[in-house]
Amino acid sequence: MLLGPALAVSAILFAIGVLGVLIRRNAIVVFMCVELMLNAVNLTLVAFSQVHGVSGQIFVFFVMTVAAAEAAVGLAIILAIFRHVRSVDLTHINLLNG
Amino acid sequence: MLLVIFSFLAATAIAAALLCITRKSPIASAVWLVVTMASLAGLFLLLGSQFLAVIQILLYAGAIMVLFLFVIMLLNLGTAPSDIARPAVWIPAVVLAVVLGVELLTLQVYTPERLAFELTRAAELTEPSLVFPGGAAALAATEKSGVIGALAEPLFTQWLIPFELTSVLLLAAIVGAVVIAKRKV
Repeated sequence: MLLGPALAVSAILFAIGVLGVLIRRNAIVVFMCVELMLNAVNLTLVAFSQVHGVSGQIFVFFVMTVAAAEAAVGLAIILAIFRHVRSVDLTHINLLNG
Repeated sequence: MLLVIFSFLAATAIAAALLCITRKSPIASAVWLVVTMASLAGLFLLLGSQFLAVIQILLYAGAIMVLFLFVIMLLNLGTAPSDIARPAVWIPAVVLAVVLGVELLTLQVYTPERLAFELTRAAELTEPSLVFPGGAAALAATEKSGVIGALAEPLFTQWLIPFELTSVLLLAAIVGAVVIAKRKV
């Protein structure tokens, strides 16, 4: 069944994703870490779909589509910010920092 | 045997994820993330969702990561200086992430057996498949109509409206991305 091991892997991957978001300052790498967290959650859903039926897999399907949409819009925002600030370093993007 | 393959893929996924968040160059990070996604696709296969394994490769390792690499290339970030925060920032961050990881790992005590036990308020631990018929039903549907059929049938009946809404979301994302990334609106 491999439910327990899959959940453990997913928990570790999610924690790694959070760590990446916290320690990196490159906006694109932070974005990739968000994708990593989404993937970790997908693994949980797939693992649980063994017990609870196919709905979990369909939910993963939706998560993937939302992740694709999020990546497209997010990267466009990063491009637009890069044109203004000439950098993707998150410490330089402080326009709203009163 | 299954457990050996599973452990190998899991170890690859975790090691590649760690390398992804520690590499200096964003390109190296992206490539290691592709390795993570590919091993996750293998894990999906082992967990019995072949369709999602293929989609994972196509959509994540293919489409989304190409998008990332394209933007890295457009912004010419290949030789950027290291962007990992200074120790005063990353040490608390590591502590925080480890605490979160341990917290999530302890959630594992909440197994399907225990959930079934608490739902039924039975005297002793029950077999979860008696309480959750979904797993067995999914297996039967796969026998009957194949891997994709078992997934497609609920997707186009029970989940039809969310599915259609997703297409609207994708359209909005396409238009939004074009408008945001354009130089002059």
